[in-house]
Amino acid sequence: MNVESKNSKTELLAKNVSSHLDQFTPIISINKDEVEVLSNSKNFLNLCKYLKTNKEFLFDYLRCISVVDYINYLEINYHIFSINYRFKSVVKLQINESSPSAPSVTSIWPAANWHEREGYDLFGVLFINHPNLSTLLLPENFEGFPGRKNFPFNDYDEW
Amino acid sequence: MQFSNTSTNTNLSFESLGNKDSLDIIVNMGPQHPSTHGVFRLVLWIDGEIITKAEPHIGYLHRGSEKLCESELYSQVISLFDRIDYVSNLNMELGFCTTVEKLMEIDIPDRAWYIRTILCELNRIASHLLFYGVFGLDAGAMTPVLYGFRDREKIQSLFESVTGARMMHNFIRIGGIKEDVGPDFNKDVEKLLSTLKTNIDECDEFLSGNEVFLARTKGVGIIEKQDALDFGLSGPTLRGSGIAEDIRISDPYGIYDRFNFGIPVGTTGDSWDRYYVRIEEMRQSIKIIEQALIQMPEGPILGNVRRLIKPPKGETYMRTESPRGDFGVFLVSDGSDKPYRVKIRAPSFSNLLSLTKMLENSYVADSVVILGSLDIVMGEVDR
Amino acid sequence: MGLENLGKGYSPKSGNTPADNIFNKILPNAVTAKSDQLFALARKSSLWTLSFGLACCAIEMMSTHMSHHDLDRFGVVTWPSPRQADVMIVAGTVVKKMADPIKLLYEQMPDPKWVIAMGACATNGGPYYKSYSVVMGVDHIVPVDVYVPGCPPRPEALMHGILQLQEKIKNDALQN
Repeated sequence: MNVESKNSKTELLAKNVSSHLDQFTPIISINKDEVEVLSNSKNFLNLCKYLKTNKEFLFDYLRCISVVDYINYLEINYHIFSINYRFKSVVKLQINESSPSAPSVTSIWPAANWHEREGYDLFGVLFINHPNLSTLLLPENFEGFPGRKNFPFNDYDEW
Repeated sequence: MQFSNTSTNTNLSFESLGNKDSLDIIVNMGPQHPSTHGVFRLVLWIDGEIITKAEPHIGYLHRGSEKLCESELYSQVISLFDRIDYVSNLNMELGFCTTVEKLMEIDIPDRAWYIRTILCELNRIASHLLFYGVFGLDAGAMTPVLYGFRDREKIQSLFESVTGARMMHNFIRIGGIKEDVGPDFNKDVEKLLSTLKTNIDECDEFLSGNEVFLARTKGVGIIEKQDALDFGLSGPTLRGSGIAEDIRISDPYGIYDRFNFGIPVGTTGDSWDRYYVRIEEMRQSIKIIEQALIQMPEGPILGNVRRLIKPPKGETYMRTESPRGDFGVFLVSDGSDKPYRVKIRAPSFSNLLSLTKMLENSYVADSVVILGSLDIVMGEVDR
Repeated sequence: MGLENLGKGYSPKSGNTPADNIFNKILPNAVTAKSDQLFALARKSSLWTLSFGLACCAIEMMSTHMSHHDLDRFGVVTWPSPRQADVMIVAGTVVKKMADPIKLLYEQMPDPKWVIAMGACATNGGPYYKSYSVVMGVDHIVPVDVYVPGCPPRPEALMHGILQLQEKIKNDALQN
């Protein structure tokens, strides 16, 4: 597949997405070959449900959830994919840094279970309505959130 | 044994165990166990021989690779990625390098892509041979592991002559590869392929038709199509359930669109299907390597990159097909020479999530076979 | 009664007493050693390792046990249970969450026991020495006898490490 057809497919998808999702007022942009949807926290769950169930998109495969720490705010990226049409997209959600919390999408995509636990473990993001939010990767008595930028480097005990 | 300081808050009071007539026994397949692949802890609630609930505990190999990547230069990060999935190192390096190349929009010369493809497909064969040996060991067969490792040694000695190391090659660099291959490369690879073809058929003959093996793996650990998509499975685990999804064909990167190969797909989604998909994939990889050897041109091996790599500000997500599934790297760059955030989407992490579903109402002895058929590597799960 | 014939033919200076027979005929063909050395010979020729691969070095440890570089010819077999193992080869990175199980396993092994730290991560943290969750070397937790450097060490290097351990067992018995 050459680059031109990939670009046109992404542009078509972006137009389609922006016309369908107008009711949720997201900000849509294109980043190389993916359509980025920046959602606000009020309509976030409904937007995700719409993307999964609507027959034109059918984004039924959640690839990955990643949390990025931009010092003033945290941003959660949901990378989703449609098996039928092979569409790629990223849904972004920005939350504040002092008391981060976001709605959990495990009711929509069950694959989000461990990804959200990891986000809680390493960044301290509380996911509301998650079935079992507990530590996954770190030991039980670990203090602090290592993924954050204010967690020190090279300042550790040997044991 | 119960590790009281590493157990999560599993409530062990009698009222919480549902069945009041008899109590479930809690069995701990601890971090050190001959059948869990690496340091993985599985707590099982069993009622006789049937598993009623399974709870996996991971994190015993969490080394903090993602945080470490933020303090190293881009070319130093490649040696960290080698150690994430330590069975298929070259595919991990390829995943990271293609992500940076996508962000920087570099052109890679053809010869570099052909050598990358040949080495990555050989690594895929080596990884599946390890799976073959260890899966036979899980099911109780002690000979296949010796045959699997015999062929793996041949591949590793070829890697040593090309890249300089048996594992942890650090060979695929941003913009191409580290150095050109010697003049004997084509001859060596052809000789290796002819040995591999007969040896893979031999390995297949040993195990695939064996009555005991079939009884242990057929109908065990079935996962349906819709469940497989819901849990985010990928790779041979997904293809065993009947969904034909391979990134090399559906979203080709590099030069994979110039080759003619097929995707083996299973029918029922049980452990035998997942095993046989991998055996067939080895044969398809040999096809790819043969075509690549014929088509490989002469030319440079490194694109137009500077010594110190500084991608432009931005972010990107790139997915490649590793032997375990859909390996994704999410890279956020702030314009400096060190990454701002690297997130690794490991296929074994998502595959392991479906273990709780597959273990429901199965026997204790089947749990070892089901875990083996997922082909997880703990370095990937914990990073 | 033929009691008076008992002991006939044997006299202290005749050179034909049972003790003389043992001393002259058997002892020149026999080897004497201390029992410590004998036990050391037995222990070093049959080292049973606890199969304890943590990370990447485990793959090279598995390669060493297989048919190309065989470890079985040295008497080394992997054994999953710590109660019957002699040597613990710590192959891979030791993470803080895993430190307590390692200590427990070491205490479950009966004496005499040895530990081989295989790879750079088990020696001093290796490529992860700056990380927040890694123990910088397994010798913070258990006493180590042989360090095998490398990342990962070649199978020949691990074999050399095991042969050095055998030398150490022999020398320890010689000295005391």
